[in-house]
Amino acid sequence: MLSKSKIFLKGTTDVLPHMLSVVPFGIITGAIGVEFGFDPLLVYATSLIIFGGASQIIFMQLLSGGASSLVAITSVGVINSRHLLYGAVLSEYLEKLSFLKKLFISYFIVDQGFAESNNYLKKNNTEINLHYHVLGGGVTLWIFWQISTLSGIVLGSFIPEQLGLKFAIPLTFLAIVVNDIRKLDHVFVMLVSGFASLILFDAPFKSYIILSPILALISVFIMLRFKK
Amino acid sequence: MTWISIILSGVVTYFSRMAMIALIDREMLGTKVKEVLNYVPAAVFPSIIFPGVFFNDFGFFVEITDPKIYGAFVALVVGFYSRNVIATIVSGLLSYWFIIFFLLR
Repeated sequence: MLSKSKIFLKGTTDVLPHMLSVVPFGIITGAIGVEFGFDPLLVYATSLIIFGGASQIIFMQLLSGGASSLVAITSVGVINSRHLLYGAVLSEYLEKLSFLKKLFISYFIVDQGFAESNNYLKKNNTEINLHYHVLGGGVTLWIFWQISTLSGIVLGSFIPEQLGLKFAIPLTFLAIVVNDIRKLDHVFVMLVSGFASLILFDAPFKSYIILSPILALISVFIMLRFKK
Repeated sequence: MTWISIILSGVVTYFSRMAMIALIDREMLGTKVKEVLNYVPAAVFPSIIFPGVFFNDFGFFVEITDPKIYGAFVALVVGFYSRNVIATIVSGLLSYWFIIFFLLR
């Protein structure tokens, strides 16, 4: 049996490679908010209160472009609704926690943390205290996100744009799923999701980000039916 | 951008994170749903990857010779064989930089 601190630390080290994209993305997010002309305090508040990179940028972009608050909030909701799927997957490992602990740990559920914890939990499902992995990854990502957005707010976008570091974002997610291309059924699901996202990219409220996964999961449902 | 719109966005986001963990009883999900949930990473992440690789900043398709496509391909191959997250990301970035800073000069 592994100690709580060991599992927590494993969560931390598992998400560290993703800082290659999280940190520049955080700096850009902070800097963009200030460039849009928003009060630095409000820009930082989005990191603390919303805590979700893509949704923070879209939120500020829409409001600076004159969209109504309702449109901006709806977009944030649509983009972040993918967390419902993460929660459904992770709930298997978190169901024994007290209600308060569940409420606390939920704040830290983000893409990279979910992906790394999901991999770890699947392999170590006999361990107890597995939620410390979720917490370790989540808290680490939170700290780096707060610091990087703050530095973007204070220092501006000090990473040269020519580096094209935005490209690190698809790469980190590629690193997450690349192992699954050994399994043909997963490849099929990935292609459905990927092509759906290209076709639906211009759908309102950035809804491609949830519509494509839903279409992919529907295709899973159909696929599993044929498998039997 | 007001405090109210930030807070409401935060509430919506937090709800999306918390709902399935704290409010839903796992017994309520059937075995079939649980089986489908195994595919969540494969269903979610490509919808972030594909637009990031195949679209430019303005939401238009890039050329088939775009450096991002080569970078993603290198990362895919390296990731497949190394099974290592950092090697995947770094190889993709380095090959991308090699193309834009040396080959396209």
